[in-house]
Amino acid sequence: MLLTFYILGTVSVLSALGVLVCRSPVYSAMSLVCSFFCLGGIYILMNVEFVAVIQILVYAGAILVLFLFVIMLLNIVPTGESVRFNLPVLIAFGIAVGLFAQISGLFLGDIQFGPKDVYTAEAISEEGSIGLIGRLLYGEFVLPFEAISILLLVAVIGAVIIGKRRLN
Amino acid sequence: MIAIEYLPILILIGLGVVFATIFTLAGILIGPKRRGQNKEMPFESGLPSDGLVGQRYDVKFYMTALIFLIFDVEIVFLYPWAVKFREMGWFGFAEVLIFMVLLLFGLAYAWKKGALEWE
Amino acid sequence: MDMLDFFPSSILQAADTSWQTVTIAQRASSAFRDHDLSGTIGYLLLGLLFTAGLLTVLGLVLIYAERKLAGHFQCRLGPMRVGWHGILQSAADGLKLLLKEDIVPENADKLLHLGAPVLSLMATVLTLAILPLSPTLQVVDLNIGVIYVTAVTSLGVLAILIAGWSSNNKWSLLGAMRAGAQIISYELSATLSLLVMVLLSGSLQLSEIIQSQSDGWWIWKSHLVGVIAFVTFLISTTAELNRTPFDLPEGESELTGGFHTEYSGLRFAFFFLAEFVNMFVASALIVTLFFGGWMPFYIGGWDGFNSIMGLIPPGIWFAGKSAFFIFLLMWFRWTFPRLRIDQLMSLEWKILLPVGFINIFLAALIVLFEWHF
Repeated sequence: MLLTFYILGTVSVLSALGVLVCRSPVYSAMSLVCSFFCLGGIYILMNVEFVAVIQILVYAGAILVLFLFVIMLLNIVPTGESVRFNLPVLIAFGIAVGLFAQISGLFLGDIQFGPKDVYTAEAISEEGSIGLIGRLLYGEFVLPFEAISILLLVAVIGAVIIGKRRLN
Repeated sequence: MIAIEYLPILILIGLGVVFATIFTLAGILIGPKRRGQNKEMPFESGLPSDGLVGQRYDVKFYMTALIFLIFDVEIVFLYPWAVKFREMGWFGFAEVLIFMVLLLFGLAYAWKKGALEWE
Repeated sequence: MDMLDFFPSSILQAADTSWQTVTIAQRASSAFRDHDLSGTIGYLLLGLLFTAGLLTVLGLVLIYAERKLAGHFQCRLGPMRVGWHGILQSAADGLKLLLKEDIVPENADKLLHLGAPVLSLMATVLTLAILPLSPTLQVVDLNIGVIYVTAVTSLGVLAILIAGWSSNNKWSLLGAMRAGAQIISYELSATLSLLVMVLLSGSLQLSEIIQSQSDGWWIWKSHLVGVIAFVTFLISTTAELNRTPFDLPEGESELTGGFHTEYSGLRFAFFFLAEFVNMFVASALIVTLFFGGWMPFYIGGWDGFNSIMGLIPPGIWFAGKSAFFIFLLMWFRWTFPRLRIDQLMSLEWKILLPVGFINIFLAALIVLFEWHF
């Protein structure tokens, strides 16, 4: 169990690094697929098989297709140039470091997400991950759920506007 | 313990990759190797390739993928609903009705703006 | 409810039979619990052999069937030379492809060019393990079977895109992009049809969906909703398989071979095999969701007829039903002319997708009123 977790975790982190290191954007995308698969495996170890399969379905099956489309549309070829450190890059780097520090702070500190000891792996496997998610999402968290539809609506409109501007 | 159910699939992935590699290598090793400049050129029905690989393609592909992604995420939210629907009754029906009607507005908007057209 | 009298439910109701399902993985884990190590390994091996055997048989049978049917649809005989009525033709084809030169174009991205066919085949083989071919002939029975199938088959798009990109040929790339756009578009309405069946049966587990049809297949039980979902699913899977009338990504007259233009030898065969196995997976899903899976065809009240039908083993039922839908897909190929790309896209986004969304609500209403038989 623990060994499987460590193997999956290591491969996942390594392939996430591969996303950054690979010169060719398509190879980066493939490393990302590998990373997603390992994350899916870790979710299965945590008994949340629904999240694991959705991880594959949405990220590898949909978002990666979008990425590959963009790479192919723009015909991005590796230039061999290294990144120049101009002001926008430095600002972005600073924000990334800050975000990383904040997230690590959250995990290092003793912050409990959600109610304590309610949704343990045992509880999840008892009700089934999909049943539990269904019960919570459509019961307790109706409002966030409806808010998601507004978010997705905005995303559709945004996509159409951006796409149309490019066409003209 | 759910993870144990996925063990056969893990084994299948491993063996599948091994066998596919073996067959790929076998195909490369057994087949003849008569290399030639013309043979390794991009296929162009016998003509010299005019090398248009580097051209940029239509943004419509990107649009399709983007709109697909949004609706795919929407459908993902419907899976737990579909499984638990019998227990939720009319409340669940109303919830998803609002959710989907909002997104159908999105589809109607994309339709009206011509994002679904392929000339 | 009066309408039900018009359509007497007793005809459609099946004999009351309960089925006991045991998957190969369950046998393995029960052997493991009994500390029977050889049994555990034996059953795991059996599961793997079963998947590999199914893959081989499908490859041999479906390619032969496609060629033979294509011949007869065109008033030809099809393959006749190798074996009795050409029955060994696929084996000969496979051997020929093995002996052919494997060409990797010079400008191709070698690693991805080699990897794409493997990914394409893996995306289909992994679904074979969870298909319930009979109550006892299923390797694993996942709780989330339906989403698993959609997730794994959606990886096929990645394989196609990588194949097209790595070939470094404009026809391959254009074919791959067309295939990608087509497959992801039609995936939406295919998933919506699956969702209708999940809604009606209340489960994502394939064996449970079959069990929910023991009193009648969903295609009869769910009134028009099931029929709409079935037709939508049939159209969308044909499009996802890139088969005629939706074979634009491989339109020979404009794109040579589409995304596999630059593939030859055994690695071309991988793409080919993946396509045929996908055809079986699609048919098996149709059978599982709409036509009772391995359940025999029963007519309520006709005990003599039912007992004869019950004599046929469930595996044969599944194979027969799947064979029918595979035949249907092959029939389409010689019946419908190819669509234009704008027709293809508007069929999905302007017809099938809105219909699919409305159909979900109709299904939800049927479940709420418990209006199925």
